[in-house]
Amino acid sequence: MTTLARPARTGEARPGLGFTLEGLSLGYGRGPVLHEVGLEIVPGEVLVVVGASGSGKSTLLRAMAGLLAPHGGRILADGVPVAATSADRAMVFQDDGLLPWRTVRANVELPLRIRGTPRRGRAAAAGAWIARVGLAGAEDRLPRELSGGMRQRVQLARALVGAPRAVLMDEPFGALDAQTRAQMQRLLLEVLADTRATVVFVTHDVDEALLLADRVVVLGRHGVRSVIEMHGPRDPAADRSETRARILEEL
Amino acid sequence: MIAPARTSPPRAAAAPTPSPRGARWGWAAKAASLPAAAGVWQALTVTDARLWLRFDRLPTLGDIAAEAARRLADPVYYLDLLQSLLRILTGFGLASVAGVAVGVAVARSRRTRHVLLPLLEAVRPIPAIALVPVAILLFPTDEQGIVFITFVAAFFPVMVSTRHAVRALPTLWEDAVRTLGGGRRHVLWNVVLPGILPGVFGGLSVGMGVAWICVISAEMISGEFGVGYRTWQSYTLVDYPAVIVGMATIGLLGWSTSAAVELAGRRATRWLPRAEGRES
Repeated sequence: MTTLARPARTGEARPGLGFTLEGLSLGYGRGPVLHEVGLEIVPGEVLVVVGASGSGKSTLLRAMAGLLAPHGGRILADGVPVAATSADRAMVFQDDGLLPWRTVRANVELPLRIRGTPRRGRAAAAGAWIARVGLAGAEDRLPRELSGGMRQRVQLARALVGAPRAVLMDEPFGALDAQTRAQMQRLLLEVLADTRATVVFVTHDVDEALLLADRVVVLGRHGVRSVIEMHGPRDPAADRSETRARILEEL
Repeated sequence: MIAPARTSPPRAAAAPTPSPRGARWGWAAKAASLPAAAGVWQALTVTDARLWLRFDRLPTLGDIAAEAARRLADPVYYLDLLQSLLRILTGFGLASVAGVAVGVAVARSRRTRHVLLPLLEAVRPIPAIALVPVAILLFPTDEQGIVFITFVAAFFPVMVSTRHAVRALPTLWEDAVRTLGGGRRHVLWNVVLPGILPGVFGGLSVGMGVAWICVISAEMISGEFGVGYRTWQSYTLVDYPAVIVGMATIGLLGWSTSAAVELAGRRATRWLPRAEGRES
């Protein structure tokens, strides 16, 4: 297995977004799920958020995407308050967010279509991304004709084709079997190497967090319990038992 | 290089395919269904059966066939047919467009809902055919009145099913389009309109059925041409074989237009996970 160096991300891609979370309270209905969260997210880093079910991981991500308004506090993206969704902050969902009536190609072209990219440019960019995620030849298939892993590859291509400055990933591999999940983690690391986008990745799988993260945020009841820096190369074979134990303790 | 995705077949859409023997039986039953009904009719009418229900005054298949042959050779028959079809297609076509538009607007916009819903809910229980007096007063010609009645009849099933289909859309699809930079317009075109098609086609099927009921009834009351008008005229002239020919014509027209809606619906919703090749 190739070892990916930890920051291996350069190139001409657009720089990642930096986020500042200030006194952020989030929730649905009455009680807040997250209370007074403060966090700095550095442009271009891969921040993995772990936490037990109901700790507000997905809620946090939805708020950062602009899908959910905070109860209190604010979220700044490059210093500008997040007030609505934006193509700069693409999201990858755990449940299949693909539009089932669109083929793989049409799904991947969607962000470019929304942006008004001419047909030829759309087709070229979508084709390149579909090949990049290993789905060349499946362009004309409908989502229902794809396996779970293939559908997540399409979601990844669709999120990245528009060159967003941040990618918000909500347990994207949570529903996959172990082997497919490992393949997808590798694919993610490889494609991220070409972008400088900031990645916020939510998971409940500590090993996934250890593999992907520059930093791991552990969410507990109502807020951030700890932030753990990762060091060394992104190598699945590396011994991370100490960090692992620490995260599990925090959880 | 990225390794190509495992192209193992996804959880296969496992449609139970009928055995060849089962399929043959199905076709045979379908083909025999109408002739069997005709056979029962013939037996009851030839024997002038009076089994509480009185079949002695109804025409036999022979009488009906002779009348049908006469009607088929008469250009007026085709004029009636065309007239009814034109009325139903105009009324139904307008109702489909308006029903989807109003259904989406009411489901997606609170302001529209507040303004339109009380009115729509108050008018909905009125049978379209009860609007005949209003239609006669309102429209300069009978023709427009009949189309109006047909429109009203088909509008409500389409509008109601559209409204429910919009409300049943998973929010995930809308979230996905919004986080890809899409606004309201994009959500409407890329999520709402394609996503509601399965529900809308349910409404269109029902709408087509009630549109036929109403166009025929309206023709019987105030038409100058049309299958409904002709059928009622035959009844008043005590020409019972012609009544049955008229009824059979209505049945066939209704069946073929419903089949057209069904076919269009299946084509437009090919993406649904219901399996390919499943017999229906």
